[in-house]
Amino acid sequence: MKTFVGIDLGSTTTKAVLMDENEMILGRGITNSRSNYETACRVATQEATVDARFTLFRREFDAKAADAAKVTEFLDALERAFRLEQFIEQLDDLEATCIEQVKGDRFEKDADGVKQSLAEVFRRLRIEAVEMYAPGADRKSDFFRDIAGSRYLALAEEVARDAGLPYDLLLNVYDKSIIAVENRPPSGSLSDKFNRAIDRVAGKDSEFGSDMKSPIERALDIELEETYLVGTGYGRVTLPFSKEHIRSEILCHGLGAHMMYPKTRTVLDIGGQDTKGIQVDANGIVDNFQMNDRCAAGCGRYLGYIADEMNMGLHELGPLAMKSGKPARINSTCTVFAGAELRDRLALGEKREDILAGLHRAIILRAMSILSRSGGVADEFTFTGGVAKNEAAVRELRKLVYENYGEVTININPDSIYTGALGGAEFARRAAEGRVEGVAA
Amino acid sequence: MNQPAGKPSLRDAIKDASMQKQKDMMAGHFDRLTSSHETGAKVCSTFVPGNLNELIMCFDMVNNLPEVNAIQSGLRGKSGAYVMEAERNGHSEDVCTYVKSDIGMMARGNIGPNGKEMPKPDMLLLSYTGCFTFLKWFELLREQYKCPTVFLQTPYMADGKITPNMIQYMVKQLKEDVIPTMEKVSGVKFDIDRLRENLRQSAKAEDDLVYILQSAKNKPSPIDAYFGGIYYIGPIFGAFRGTQDAIDYYRFLREEVDERLKLGLGPVTPEGPMEEEKYRLVVEGPPNYTHFRQFWKMFYEEGATVVASSYTKVGGTYDFGFRHDPDRPLETLAEYCLNVYTNRSLPMRIDMLVNYINEYEADGLLVNSIKSCNSFSAGQLMIMREVEKRTGKPAAFIETDLVDPRYFSAANVKNRLESYLQMVEQKRSGASKGVAA
Repeated sequence: MKTFVGIDLGSTTTKAVLMDENEMILGRGITNSRSNYETACRVATQEATVDARFTLFRREFDAKAADAAKVTEFLDALERAFRLEQFIEQLDDLEATCIEQVKGDRFEKDADGVKQSLAEVFRRLRIEAVEMYAPGADRKSDFFRDIAGSRYLALAEEVARDAGLPYDLLLNVYDKSIIAVENRPPSGSLSDKFNRAIDRVAGKDSEFGSDMKSPIERALDIELEETYLVGTGYGRVTLPFSKEHIRSEILCHGLGAHMMYPKTRTVLDIGGQDTKGIQVDANGIVDNFQMNDRCAAGCGRYLGYIADEMNMGLHELGPLAMKSGKPARINSTCTVFAGAELRDRLALGEKREDILAGLHRAIILRAMSILSRSGGVADEFTFTGGVAKNEAAVRELRKLVYENYGEVTININPDSIYTGALGGAEFARRAAEGRVEGVAA
Repeated sequence: MNQPAGKPSLRDAIKDASMQKQKDMMAGHFDRLTSSHETGAKVCSTFVPGNLNELIMCFDMVNNLPEVNAIQSGLRGKSGAYVMEAERNGHSEDVCTYVKSDIGMMARGNIGPNGKEMPKPDMLLLSYTGCFTFLKWFELLREQYKCPTVFLQTPYMADGKITPNMIQYMVKQLKEDVIPTMEKVSGVKFDIDRLRENLRQSAKAEDDLVYILQSAKNKPSPIDAYFGGIYYIGPIFGAFRGTQDAIDYYRFLREEVDERLKLGLGPVTPEGPMEEEKYRLVVEGPPNYTHFRQFWKMFYEEGATVVASSYTKVGGTYDFGFRHDPDRPLETLAEYCLNVYTNRSLPMRIDMLVNYINEYEADGLLVNSIKSCNSFSAGQLMIMREVEKRTGKPAAFIETDLVDPRYFSAANVKNRLESYLQMVEQKRSGASKGVAA
């Protein structure tokens, strides 16, 4: 099967979308961008490929019109099993890397003790892993570093204490190893992991019969050929793609928004470090754009900073701001001043929710200015980027768009984080067809 | 001093012969300035827009241009420290960075690009008043040097035309204020025939300059009318207009351009001749000087040539027929001052840019908006919209600064420029599809 890949190398996360010849999205993948772009792209692409396999599995089952609820349950179990396999594979890698780090003067006395402790930590991690991927388990993140890291640190402390070893020795080997493991391109065959996962869920003792196996195997037999790839990323000097495979992220966002909502004429994207206002024509071709200049005030990072200052999670800001009855009047979106402004207002007795609501409004006011400079808001209007997930930001946007431009359809897609990658995948599909820059030559 | 690692150096750039010649001329001029205390030459500080070099030369004075000094500091990687020095002395972050670079340079010993101390001016001649900052700048310089200051008020071309009253008003100022002060400072009596001769020389060089800038109408263009154009305007916008040196330089440059035209070659970039001309752009606004080469590279790497720019008209607009006229010596100086690009009303600027896009068959307009230059930036978005509407060609906005390195974000500029060029490409293929259908 021919597939077309779009990759959006963002400042915080890297996203990949895999598309088929009929413009259908097969899979999406996301990973943290790290400092190694090449690995980030490979991981995101592999994640999209994994997701694509599940799409193919569903297609196989659909074709057979099997019991829908049972299929969903089975595929959920399969996905958890697959993620577990993937996690264990990376744990093995982390363990081996940690052991290699046990060398030098520092470990002269305790080398054996450290190695034994490491074996114990990883034994416990493997046991915990099965629980982490059990049905209904809540994982705080899908990134290996986050899941493995927090548990490693907790377990290492216990094990070190019991063994009478200095905790910092175990911390040291971990610190040296995690970056290496994270930056290593994904190894191991995907089909092996799928097969092991199938054995876990559709094996002899499983609740699912082995008749679930054959559709999966048929889907796994479909070869996913990477026909063309288009990458995009914020003005980077080096992207791990050759020139003909690079499209501007503004164009990718414009086209991606058009793919999601074909009537889109204006796009607002608020990402980690930039805010873009884009005008597109009926074909998703960019007519005009504006973006913030050197300063990232009012972008996603600003919210992250506010969350840190308030000792809250990023996803908690929106819901708290929604509780405000009297938003504070805040004009500056300067990240440098934000901390001082926040503390001042708290000291004056203003409510946290009111301050937050004021901050959200300030961010959207800045976005409105960028939008107006790009040519205003036309119907339909699509809002993308991480901030589009924030309900308080969306509420302010709706209000201000209505006040300034009247009744406009506002689209927000739950997968809006993939907009750039989706545009990239469509550019890839068109390029493979020999079409110039996305329009028939 | 060594250049910091990774900083683009102008030293190892490939230059064509005219660029080398221009560099030598500029170096010679700085030597004239820094040796003025030995030669006894009087120094007149003035600005590029509306500079009256022909008149200044009538009094054997040497022309010193603070903006050019700031540009030199920017190109040499020194302006960042100068700007911060000025800020330490109380100049806010939003003040024009030419001013701050100049003030900071003075605070640090006023060392010119040749490593020698720049002279104290004997007089200040402010002949362009369209920029409010210039007034303030010269106030600061007057405070510093306590020398005679002359203020030649140039009326803004708000109605899009030059009226006889405007000329009379300026000629009166020249006769009653400017020339008497220059006589007094220099001790040289004004000789109108000497002025006529200088103006005659100016017009000769101006003819060649126009020929050179208009050579960009060819495909491929043999010149880059923005990045290369900045070299080309150096002598005529500075201390050489009205001299035989300028005539020789522009003749030499013209021959060089003719040779490239004959061979069908594109412009010479710091990395050698440009290969394929993929995009033809018109650029509005000044360039960034702290990262000049990196900025230029973003264009030529993508195959983008600038075929016309407004910046190369700030020291005089010649392409619509104006030449210095020796038969109307004072009137022609007035017209010259009135005609500079930044003294033109916004509708006039729009007309010019639309004309460039059409005449030079450009793909669109790119605006480089300067963070610390309100005088240039005001109205640019409106200009952009209007030009887009009237030409149907795409336009885009990038933001940098003149000589403050803190306001140059390579990733941001590259992102916008590449997006713009790909947008042009898309529009083109869209248009060709329309034609084919």
